[in-house]
Amino acid sequence: MMNIRGYGWLLWEGVRLTVAVGVVSMAIAMLLGLIGAWGKLSDSRITRSMAGVYTTVIRGVPELVIILLVYYGVPTLLIDIANVSIDFNPFIAGVLTIGFIYGAFSTEVFRGSYLAVSKGQIEAAMAVGMNRSQMFFRILLPQMWRFALPGLGNVWMVLIKATALVSVIQLPELMRNADVAARSTHKPFTCYFIASLIYLVITIVSLTIQQRAEVWANRGVRKV
Amino acid sequence: MDIAIIQENLPRLLQGAVVTVELTAASVAIGLCIAIPFALMRVHKNPLLRIPVYLFNFYFRGTPLLVQIFLIYYGSGQFQHFLTRIGAWTFFRDAWFCAILSLTLNTAAYTSEILRGGIEAIPYGEIEAARACGMSGFLMQRRIVLPKAFRLAWPAYTNEVVFLLQATSLVSIITIMDITGVARMIASRSFAFYEVYITAAVLYLILVYGVLFVFRKVEYRISGHLRSPSLIVS
Repeated sequence: MMNIRGYGWLLWEGVRLTVAVGVVSMAIAMLLGLIGAWGKLSDSRITRSMAGVYTTVIRGVPELVIILLVYYGVPTLLIDIANVSIDFNPFIAGVLTIGFIYGAFSTEVFRGSYLAVSKGQIEAAMAVGMNRSQMFFRILLPQMWRFALPGLGNVWMVLIKATALVSVIQLPELMRNADVAARSTHKPFTCYFIASLIYLVITIVSLTIQQRAEVWANRGVRKV
Repeated sequence: MDIAIIQENLPRLLQGAVVTVELTAASVAIGLCIAIPFALMRVHKNPLLRIPVYLFNFYFRGTPLLVQIFLIYYGSGQFQHFLTRIGAWTFFRDAWFCAILSLTLNTAAYTSEILRGGIEAIPYGEIEAARACGMSGFLMQRRIVLPKAFRLAWPAYTNEVVFLLQATSLVSIITIMDITGVARMIASRSFAFYEVYITAAVLYLILVYGVLFVFRKVEYRISGHLRSPSLIVS
């Protein structure tokens, strides 16, 4: 029943692309999350409301609609307003969109973890004369990881499953290739079931890595 | 920006919104009916009850919803002879049935884990008090455990309902004309991609924040015992 007549390699190619899309999107999401959290916590009302609109809108619209909007909408919008035509590569469109969506979720994670670092740490850093970037990289970021990792782990779990949606813009990742295999072999259940088990394996591996990473981030904390 | 296309197609998008709401309501309602017994099984001492639910939840939470939808809608075709023989093929041929089935199973898995969290967060003293009053297992679940678990899990359940509302957009891929389905059809005919998709996004935003508003109201009502009296007076 699990024989899919030599289409295994196609799924394997898909897995590699899924992981690549996931990792690159996660990097973009974390970068946007840090910027968004900075915006939400800033003193300026403009950056605060911009970050607020970003998280409110993105978290209220389905991923699929945003993907369709970016992939089909942005090129036509650019032609209409600026008369420039761009050729959107599905990989870049997919990665940017997924990163942009989950940036909104990681914004909240980073904001929470910043607030969880005790204020005395910041005061101490100022007292020893650190400038803002020194304070951020030496004091805040190492401690923020500890509070951010469980939340970022959740974001990653949702993100890697959301990469299946970029199959609608014809990116040959795992879901798309499972689709191709299902059509060619006439065994749709087998193909999609194998694909789902592969996603499950990715989830299990991610959980293990997350636990290791949490142990690492908590290495400076005394255990009871 | 072509406003005329939006105006012309708004009624059809609103029909799509009705479909989205119907799908969400049906899946939330049926999913909750499955999730309650599942949550109770999930915290049961007997591993024969606990482990199957654990595996079910792990599978449905660990795989993308899109795969689950395809597995049920297209995957059932592989068992067409068998399903025809037992008379279930008419259901699996229907995109609506497959959509609601996959959304229901998916939300049942997430909801039962949320409820499990609520049940496990109940202070043990309350269960002891129920036992001391002589409540039987079922009576205690109905009167003490489940109401309390719901109240504790309500904020997380709100999130799950919002996620499900957004997740219904995926069934547009299996030909159902919800907001996304209608938007894709209009966009491919008129080439007004961003106008149509932005309108669809706005409709989803209204629905999502409408659901959030209602659920926050309910949360306010069920947490009356946690508010300080001064707030009620003012």
